[in-house]
Amino acid sequence: MGQQILNAIFIGSIYALFAVGYTLVFGVLDILNLAHSAVFMLGAAVTYTLVVNHGQSFWLACALAIVVAALMGLVIEYVCLRPLRRRRAPPIAALVSTIGLALIIVAAIEQGRPGTLFAWLWVDGANSVSLPGGSFPNPTWNVAGLTLEGSKLAVIPISIALMLLLGYVMRFTQVGRGLRAVAENPRAARLMGIDVDRMIALTLVISSALGGLAGILFGVALGDISPYIGRDSVEVRGLAVIVLGGMGSIPGAVLGGYLLGFIEVLAVVVLGSNVRAGVAFAALFLMLVLRPQGFFGAQLRERL
Amino acid sequence: MDFLIQLVTDPLGFWSSHTLLISQIAINSILASSMFVVLYSGQLSLAAPGFMAIGAYTAVLMDIYLHTPLALNIATGTVLAGIVGIVVGLPVLRLRGVFLAIATIGFIEALSLGVILNLPITGEGLGLKNANADPLGGINLVLVSLVVIVFLLWRLTKGRLGYAWTAIRQDELAALSQGIDVPRYKLIAFVLSAVLAGYAGGLESHLNFFVDPNEYGVPRTVQVLTFAVLGGSGNVVGPVVGALFITTLPYVFQQAGDYIGIVSGVILIAVIIFRPQGIVGRGGFAFVRPRWWPTARASAPSTG
Repeated sequence: MGQQILNAIFIGSIYALFAVGYTLVFGVLDILNLAHSAVFMLGAAVTYTLVVNHGQSFWLACALAIVVAALMGLVIEYVCLRPLRRRRAPPIAALVSTIGLALIIVAAIEQGRPGTLFAWLWVDGANSVSLPGGSFPNPTWNVAGLTLEGSKLAVIPISIALMLLLGYVMRFTQVGRGLRAVAENPRAARLMGIDVDRMIALTLVISSALGGLAGILFGVALGDISPYIGRDSVEVRGLAVIVLGGMGSIPGAVLGGYLLGFIEVLAVVVLGSNVRAGVAFAALFLMLVLRPQGFFGAQLRERL
Repeated sequence: MDFLIQLVTDPLGFWSSHTLLISQIAINSILASSMFVVLYSGQLSLAAPGFMAIGAYTAVLMDIYLHTPLALNIATGTVLAGIVGIVVGLPVLRLRGVFLAIATIGFIEALSLGVILNLPITGEGLGLKNANADPLGGINLVLVSLVVIVFLLWRLTKGRLGYAWTAIRQDELAALSQGIDVPRYKLIAFVLSAVLAGYAGGLESHLNFFVDPNEYGVPRTVQVLTFAVLGGSGNVVGPVVGALFITTLPYVFQQAGDYIGIVSGVILIAVIIFRPQGIVGRGGFAFVRPRWWPTARASAPSTG
């Protein structure tokens, strides 16, 4: 049971970290960024490639992967979102352009085999791979019948520290005030001298860096890196999490992430692994019908 | 390009060598028109694959266990999808915009992961074999259905029902204050969409020797939504054009080979940026436009 609780906290941390980035973009832009799960996957894939194929150290690989993810945020903004804003397109159009970008990222990784155009990025095609054992620090302890793996344990403080940091930035710094002002009312924010486009670009960078980091943590700790980890593991669950927590609410997304982790682990323990995902979505459905505003979304207007 | 050249120079040969593709385009078009109905009434419902699954499984199970004729099987599946549509629609139609979208995702995931993958009668994860399928002979039925459905929807949108839906889509409160029974018309749209999706599911199951439970998940719903958004949902032709465009994309760009994912992604982004309202005409997505989104009009109506 202790092991299960530990697992719930671990997977909950990943969900929360992923969903925080998701909800940040939704809070500021009212747009669901469907390329977020592709950035998640890219973070893990770049780390793997740098360590295994290019012989870099693990820490350097992680740092570079986060930079790549952050740059991807800029690509999302400049390619998918800004042209649509300029053309006064309805926000649902952004759904198609971000799906398009996600398709490109996943296809680029998927096609990466030795000798192809993207061999420098990925050589394992559609296969699932994991980092070789010695390439990253992973001390393991046995305490009171629990197996504690360093790589999984580390996920928890890293996620919590980053989410606290993000909360601090949003609440108490000039940048955070600017972001919240844009979320509240872009026109008024512009009149107050805030560079709205720059704030939106910054939102995408922060969101994608967090998403990429979540992917690295997931891929390293679970030993499952493939072109499909974003789509299969976090895309829909991320949606579930930000709804559970109230759309656009950062504390809500954190709480929602841990809650989903616990619901899933509980469902496995009580009902067996087959119905795990089904239970999570039934819970989501009920939650929306009974309490559509989520936990923290009581005042929908007040975001982030 | 060979694909297009053959279409122009040798239509009969094209017909006989691409029968399956043409059927698939028609099925996807029916699905797209199912999505059109809900979008036209201002509801971002993503439940279509769930109703499809109901239609498909009902039809195939009746064929296997009761040996009833095809027409009865598909009709029963369609009616059952409609009944489930009423049951699901009543609680979820209070939700708006993204919340409705995610509640319906919860419904399809709970249905496919929680129910279909766990019932012995649906073959669990293995799916069902459909020995009496008729992949080539079904095409006439499918094409006639498509034409009838598109015509009926076109007539519907020009009538009382269509005007009520338009009013609801543009401003629900204003529609209510004009004496339009908003919940009733929304439910009609939702159930009609469920019926169309159930019918498309029944038809599709008749074209395939195998009912695959993984066909009815989130990727499918994202695909159907892309048909509607890319084609434009201002009138019924838009989603059909979107379905045609996306379904034939891999064939038109056969030379791209393994890189078709990347080519498709680039084309999706390019099309949506240059035609934000969809390929066909104006999109009419006022219901998901955030209140600050810049519009062509001098003062944007508040959509909450």
